[in-house]
Amino acid sequence: MNLNATLIGQSLAFAIFVIFCMKYVWPPVMQALKQRQKKIADGLEAADRAKRDLELAQDKAGKQLREAKQQAADIIEQANKRSSQIIEEAKEQAKTEGERIKVAAQAEIEQEVNRAREALRAQVATLAIAGAEKILGVAVDEKAQSKLVDQLAAEL
Amino acid sequence: MATENQTSAEYIQHHLQNLTFGQLPEGFERVDHHGKVVETLTDSAWTIAHNAAEAKAMGFWAFHLDTLGWSIFLGVIFLYLFRKAAIYATSGVPGALQNFVELMVEFVDTNVKDTFHGRNALIAPLALTIFVWVFLMNLMDLVPVDWLPLIATNIGIPYMKVVPTTDPNATIAMALAVFGLIIYYSIKVKGVGGFVSELTLHPFNHWSLIPFNFLLEFVGLLAKPVSLALRLFGNLYAGELIFILIALIPVWWAQWFLSVPWAIFHILIIVLQAFIFMMLTIVYLSMAHEDH
Repeated sequence: MNLNATLIGQSLAFAIFVIFCMKYVWPPVMQALKQRQKKIADGLEAADRAKRDLELAQDKAGKQLREAKQQAADIIEQANKRSSQIIEEAKEQAKTEGERIKVAAQAEIEQEVNRAREALRAQVATLAIAGAEKILGVAVDEKAQSKLVDQLAAEL
Repeated sequence: MATENQTSAEYIQHHLQNLTFGQLPEGFERVDHHGKVVETLTDSAWTIAHNAAEAKAMGFWAFHLDTLGWSIFLGVIFLYLFRKAAIYATSGVPGALQNFVELMVEFVDTNVKDTFHGRNALIAPLALTIFVWVFLMNLMDLVPVDWLPLIATNIGIPYMKVVPTTDPNATIAMALAVFGLIIYYSIKVKGVGGFVSELTLHPFNHWSLIPFNFLLEFVGLLAKPVSLALRLFGNLYAGELIFILIALIPVWWAQWFLSVPWAIFHILIIVLQAFIFMMLTIVYLSMAHEDH
């Protein structure tokens, strides 16, 4: 184990290897590693973003669905309300109409009765005079007795 | 495995001897393995050492061809694979190689970020290089101890020590480089004054205790590269030596009962030592960046 100029040769070789490694090996490998790290980080970030977007979209879709359901329910409720309102109105209308018809009918009846009564009354007068004529056996001057007859007719 | 014309001691020495290329001085007597003088050099000559004495005679200006060759070969494999992955690196779905490279890079990057809080483009690639390179060099320890030296011997190469981290030259070279970076960043971040005051005014902030402080801190500073280098070298050298000793056991089935468990245990050691070298480098450089 002699120490000799091998020492110098080995030192030179070592220095050259280190410089070569520093210039031509280390930087490209490190660069590739860093690039891959960046790529992976970007990929993960993109995945995260996509996941977030999906969640957002799902939220939005859910919200829209809920809104649509709500709207449909509102519309149905409104329709129900409207229909019952229409029925109520119709009922009301029918009632008033019925009432009106009834009143008109009653008025007509009354009118008829009155007319009949008038007719009757007129006839009663004639009949009374005729009866009285028969009874009395004389002609009754209608004009002279008209006051009496009218009174009689009015009492009927 | 010790052959008939080789004693156990010779076998061990052979396995622990690096393939040394250097200059033999003028008048050096080359001998064969019987100790007989084969030739006397009339001129100094650059050659490959044929035994330990020759390697020693070459002095400082000699090179361990096996250490250099294997470590550079492994370093080139490391950088080739990682560079290939880096070129085709995509931020999309990674292939098997890119996956593996990214795993290593992220592992090292995490460790660096946990320990080192400053901004420095050098620390992480440095740590990656140390970890993978040291691991690959340690991994050579799991190649059966006789394979490569035997092949080398048969094609005429006298010595072949295949684990570069069992050569202190390799570990000390790395530790010295790290030490240089420690000094460089200490001065760059804290300034010369800050670095000197760190060495002289800690732990006791009083002028009269400057020599004492300096002694403490300087030893602490020097201990960093020494411990880095010797820890790695010691672990791997000891592991290699045990493989060699197991290989020397004459009972053939002992290889399975001893070598296999030791190899399995050694998997832990080679990874751990590479990791420790890397971690300590990060920690030391992190300390160099921190102001007290």
